[in-house]
Amino acid sequence: MKRHVRPYGDTTGDGMVQTSFTLPVPAGPQADGAAQQLANKMGIDPAMVVHSHPIGDDFTFFVVYGSVRHIVDLDDVRVVERDYPLLPPAEVNTAIKKLLRRKLVVVGACIGTDAHTVGIDAILNIKGFAGEKGLEYYRELTVVNLGAQVSVPDLVRRARAGKADAVLVSQVVTQRDAHLLNTREMAAAFREAMGERRPLLIAGGPRFDPLMAADLGVDRVFGRGTTPGEVASYLVHALQHRKEHA
Amino acid sequence: MALLDLDPRVVATARELAAKAAEPVVALAKAHTTVAVERATLRLAGITGADTTHRAGDVPWVNRVVDTVREHCGLEHGVALPVFHALREHDLTSLTHLAEATAAGQVRYTLPTGRDRERARKAATAAVTRGLRTVDRNRAHRDKLVAKLGDPPQRPWIYLIVATGDIDEDVVQARNAARAGADVIAVIRSTGQSLLDYVPEGATHHGFAGTYATQENFRIMRAALDEVSKEVGRYVRLTNYASGLCMPEIAVLAGLQRLDMMLNDSMYGILFRDINPVRTFVDQRFSRQVHARAGIVINTGEDNYLTTADAVDAAHTVTVSQLLNEHFAHEAGLPDHLLGLGHAFEINPDLPESFRLELAHALLARELFPDAPLKWMPPTKHMTGDVFHGYLLDGFFTLAGLLTGQSILLVGMMTEAVVTPFLSDRDLALRNVRYVLGAAGGLREDFRPAPDGLIVTRAHQVLGEAVDLLHRIVDDGLLDAIADGTFGLMKRPATGGRGADGVVEKADDYLNPAADLLEAHP
Repeated sequence: MKRHVRPYGDTTGDGMVQTSFTLPVPAGPQADGAAQQLANKMGIDPAMVVHSHPIGDDFTFFVVYGSVRHIVDLDDVRVVERDYPLLPPAEVNTAIKKLLRRKLVVVGACIGTDAHTVGIDAILNIKGFAGEKGLEYYRELTVVNLGAQVSVPDLVRRARAGKADAVLVSQVVTQRDAHLLNTREMAAAFREAMGERRPLLIAGGPRFDPLMAADLGVDRVFGRGTTPGEVASYLVHALQHRKEHA
Repeated sequence: MALLDLDPRVVATARELAAKAAEPVVALAKAHTTVAVERATLRLAGITGADTTHRAGDVPWVNRVVDTVREHCGLEHGVALPVFHALREHDLTSLTHLAEATAAGQVRYTLPTGRDRERARKAATAAVTRGLRTVDRNRAHRDKLVAKLGDPPQRPWIYLIVATGDIDEDVVQARNAARAGADVIAVIRSTGQSLLDYVPEGATHHGFAGTYATQENFRIMRAALDEVSKEVGRYVRLTNYASGLCMPEIAVLAGLQRLDMMLNDSMYGILFRDINPVRTFVDQRFSRQVHARAGIVINTGEDNYLTTADAVDAAHTVTVSQLLNEHFAHEAGLPDHLLGLGHAFEINPDLPESFRLELAHALLARELFPDAPLKWMPPTKHMTGDVFHGYLLDGFFTLAGLLTGQSILLVGMMTEAVVTPFLSDRDLALRNVRYVLGAAGGLREDFRPAPDGLIVTRAHQVLGEAVDLLHRIVDDGLLDAIADGTFGLMKRPATGGRGADGVVEKADDYLNPAADLLEAHP
């Protein structure tokens, strides 16, 4: 793989992209020109406004194709690479047995006003996600799914009472950064209540940036498309790490 | 025309079993009241507004009054008698004054006896009757507007969601949606409202992923849609949510503000919001009685099961829930034409023949409930963020709805699971629907599934599985079935869940004029 890359349309290096947007301008030649200008400013040059369509009297929708002049430097790309091996469920179970000699307790919840349990359910419910069974399926995991709209104090209490090894919170709603505020509040509450003995804290949701873990005060952040197997493998990895450094 | 050749005896058995399964739950609902039912009664009797001086923020007057009555003399007799007795005893001119005096700690509620009881009963009945008259007038007004402006020219009706959090922005979006072809506008509620044990007050501008359901927001949106209805020459319907802890109150507010459809499922709150099962069944019965009186179409939430459970494996749980919803609705006085039973296009598109399976399930619902305005819900679970693929899936969803004669079509958004729809997303989605309706509008008359083909066989299989499950539910009891995770894989024990402390067993002398009037004239 080359270090410097451009988008690929049908020829290496052609830089071709496709985008669509709406402008608050009535349809017509002026609107098309405005779309052209925006595309140019986005770095698409030359830009072809291949489609424009009025939405009501005041808006126009555009589809634009064109070549971007930007170049991506792969050396400058910063992402969280998975720093632990992906284990099949049987190996996760064996590892937990060896590490803890008891079941590992996972408490999951959607905190704050968020009522979207789809994320936490995909990870926890036996039904699972993307063809992988959820954490309930793992013999050596005890899963407590508190469901939606759990308050932070309630979560701390339940995690403590249940002697949770790990706490998973899911946040889907992102209006006014609710997901970030809620997660920080949760991390602070666990720190205050339990200090170093707090469980592993894991946040997940489609709009989270995995790079934000430290900033949010949690151990790990999982973004869009995370599967139950990745979470289970991470739990084993993190517990091993904790034990080695205890 | 029947295409599936369902055995009428099996269908009858399914209905009998649903009735049997529901029987103990209906008895439970009749034997209890809840704080929300009592508050709804006071709203019908004319209490509006909130205590703005309370330290907890705006607390609706109905909450203050019901909580105080409960403290003084319990709720097992109903609030109507103590409230209307106190009104006369303290010589107050209105219920709002009574509420203010209650907040100031000046009212001592007692249960009247003898002639006082009779007087309080009469006064309460008169007040509630006035509220119901408003509901009746709204229903008549809707009928008049529909007669004048007309219903949508096509079936399915096109149902579109707005959800900005700000009622004023919602109005702009709703008007545009109606002009672009929407027949039904649903205003999604703010995340978390279902778990509030009070109804917020006034016009609101700061919801999370939706707009708070308040009486004033209802009024504003209905007025806006009345205007745009005239402009587009058809009556544009308004939908909101009678669900969560305030289900009965929101049903009353919907009746008072002429909403046209309400989401109102018999089990959704239990399964997906962890609301106490008894609370839900009591609240649901009262709210459905109100909907029946108001001529409001209820929308049930079977689509939700398929977002947690597998749409093929759990297809029969949808049928079972539809049969239960139908029975609970009939029992509460709702006729078939107000039963928007729900189901959804949620089968994994990678599964071979997934479209034919969708047709089988949708057709089964159509033929089991021929007179119900079925609500057909778009794919959400398998919308991945690949908006291009999602757009195609939504097209197939609309085609399935068309072929199987669905009544209300919730327009699918290609941005499902990505962002709240852009203006352009909604426009593209409506163009998608219009294309399918235009290109294949009459295809239903050519659609004749082979008598022993996959579609017919599968529909029979699902109905058979539904009957088997109903047998088990009758044997175990519906509450236990819910506790065991039969629906949507959620396990909800009857004693658990939110709002359980708001449930009260009725005493022998319980009186609620609203319940009595609704029972007598649904």
